[in-house]
Amino acid sequence: MTTKPRVRIPSPIKAGDVIEVKTLISHVMETGQRKTSDGKVIPRNIIHSFVARFNGAEVFKAELAPGISANPYLAFHMRVPGSGDLEMTWLDDGGNKVVETVKIAVT
Amino acid sequence: MLQCNGICVVDRREFVLGATAAALLAPVLAEPALAQSKGPENEWQQLLKRILGDATPTEGRIALELPEIAENGNTVPFNVSVESRMTESDHVKAIHLISTANPQPAVATFRFTPASGKASVASRMRLAQTQDVVALAELSDGKFLMARQAVRVTIGGCGG
Repeated sequence: MTTKPRVRIPSPIKAGDVIEVKTLISHVMETGQRKTSDGKVIPRNIIHSFVARFNGAEVFKAELAPGISANPYLAFHMRVPGSGDLEMTWLDDGGNKVVETVKIAVT
Repeated sequence: MLQCNGICVVDRREFVLGATAAALLAPVLAEPALAQSKGPENEWQQLLKRILGDATPTEGRIALELPEIAENGNTVPFNVSVESRMTESDHVKAIHLISTANPQPAVATFRFTPASGKASVASRMRLAQTQDVVALAELSDGKFLMARQAVRVTIGGCGG
């Protein structure tokens, strides 16, 4: 989980708008159900949680199970009260954490 | 059922019957006996009960969008949205997505706040075989909304 996630927001944004935030991150999302050719279970390694905060306040959160596809795509909405930082965090079973911050400037 | 390595073709009659049965279920869960009663089927119903507690879900105001036919079960796009004002006193707290025939019924739980502005989320899921997908929305007043959608899977997404 070293590649930079991709985040897309609309433009321009006015204060009070409800916008859709589209995110995509590279991850194997190994289910823990698969076996190698010699019968060993491949250990589960998924992104189990995602959280989006705007200026520190939680906007949206996702708890993911192995039923979510590899390279998880997540699109959610947020009401933009004004300019600020949208901070998104992905966490996987291996303890890896990816944080991406997008600056939102309202017009 | 978990080992679905080849192409899983579903009998058309079974599919039609399943769809008809699903359509007749109103409220959706009143007759769980109509659903198949094998292992994972029970697991998803248990999960549903754990989330619901004593509440009874109602239909409407919730939209679960999935393709009718998914050629690749490894990546099936979905969109769930609930009509809500998303205010402090009246909002959607969470949407739970449940698979009725995957090895694990829980797929995802999405948690919203009034700052979400709109209770709508899109992602992609794995489907091991043809099945129904259930979305359950938990509202701030303690009520639940439910939607159920059948998806016919051509190649199962079980990574086999």
